[in-house]
Amino acid sequence: MAEKNKYLIFLGCAIPYRVSAFEISARKILQKLGVELVEMQEFNCCGLPLDPVSHKMMLILAARNLALAEQKGLNILTLCPGCAGTLKKVNKILKEDKALREDINSHLKEAGLEFKGTIDAKHIMQALIEDVGLEKIKNAVVKPLTMLKVAEHNGCHVLRPKEYIGFDDPEDPKTLKILIEATGATCLDYMDETECCGAPSVGISDKVALQLARDKLNHVKVVGAQALVTICPFCHIMYDTNELRIEKMFNETYGIPILHYTQLLGLAMGISPEELAFNELRVDASKILKEAMLEAKDN
Amino acid sequence: MTEKEKERIKASEIDPKFKYEIAKMHGGEKLMRCFQCGTCTSDCPVARFSETYRPRQIIRMTQLGLRDRVLNSDTLWLCAACFTCTDRCPQDVEVASVIRVLRNLAAEKGCIPQVFREQAASILESGYAYKIPDLRIKKRESLRLPPLPRGNPESIRKTLCNVGFVKHIEKKGE
Ligand code: SF4
Ligand code: SF4
Repeated sequence: MAEKNKYLIFLGCAIPYRVSAFEISARKILQKLGVELVEMQEFNCCGLPLDPVSHKMMLILAARNLALAEQKGLNILTLCPGCAGTLKKVNKILKEDKALREDINSHLKEAGLEFKGTIDAKHIMQALIEDVGLEKIKNAVVKPLTMLKVAEHNGCHVLRPKEYIGFDDPEDPKTLKILIEATGATCLDYMDETECCGAPSVGISDKVALQLARDKLNHVKVVGAQALVTICPFCHIMYDTNELRIEKMFNETYGIPILHYTQLLGLAMGISPEELAFNELRVDASKILKEAMLEAKDN
Repeated sequence: MTEKEKERIKASEIDPKFKYEIAKMHGGEKLMRCFQCGTCTSDCPVARFSETYRPRQIIRMTQLGLRDRVLNSDTLWLCAACFTCTDRCPQDVEVASVIRVLRNLAAEKGCIPQVFREQAASILESGYAYKIPDLRIKKRESLRLPPLPRGNPESIRKTLCNVGFVKHIEKKGE
């Protein structure tokens, strides 16, 4: 069994490409919570972007990453639900299907690797709730954000397909809400909470994707959320990068900042907004930061 | 030919073996279980805003054997792979996976939308789906973030070299 609270960090493609605030804030909070991250120079893309063109190539690439982690004897921690979903799914499939495993291993052999199925992959949200534990997180909160009312948005791949992921309830997910409330903030319910952000349809039909994002922002606005909290780089890009565009295109006004959960928790843990890379957000978050800071002073 | 006539299905279009081909592939096994209830389409976020994308229709056309219509259709690439359909299908059809199987077959014929082709080509070249700009790499240093995994494109190539598909992506990507 691999060690608890020590993982190989798997960044994937989207985060180093354009969502560094997620990485920066995640590293800060994990360090404070006593989670050790080990870098792995050999990792590559998880394989997911290859699935639509070649399922087999996806399987090989994901298995390659898993086999590398097995050599280190450590579980993988990802920030991207797409990476977590892919690695988990392939791990399960290859553990259960001997013929497929042998086939994939015949390809990995070319690079001197073998998939054995000895480690797990987890998304940061799952690691926080299962390995770090709610008590430890609550104890680390020194500046509770009690005045803030926010809404949450789970990434699809952290929950679905249920059969392969086996975490939380995709129809009524609770983990992110619980983690948000641990910061002292209130997490509001809203319509169609589990609806997909639409990011994967960008580039095929921007119109469909932006309408989905608009739908979400409308529902979040109606309940009076001061921010939308995400745990996925793609969902974050979808809302943060496109909010202004959507406002113009559909003649709406939102002004709703999109925060990475790790930034929210970091604030509550007393880490400064600068250290949590709040300046990287496109939608101005200064208003809620001011409130959060004021409140901390009052406490 | 009028639009209506184009839509009409002709017996000559039907390939009765198509559904068996799909059902043999990983993820397509449960295709025949679909009884056309429509849950997948009514819960699909993309179908909500698209006038043409309907997962139930794709499943039915596949069962019927309308190979060319399905594989040449642009709408096949609209699916956001959110897996809502897969989780809610009362017949346990892995709808999103059937769509992925169909995309793989379309890709084999060379029908790959630009975004997907670019990402695949980039992975083969650098190990990442996107080329990480030098500016970002420099910025990591100034933020004292650990260096990015360098990837190992050569090792990736070795593992993928026997999947015939690789040549296809590289050739078309040029
Ligand atoms: S939900 Fe399942 S059974 Fe119903 S139409 Fe879709 S694939 Fe067929
Ligand atoms: S996986 Fe694709 S077809 Fe299924 S509900 Fe999501 S977008 Fe629609």
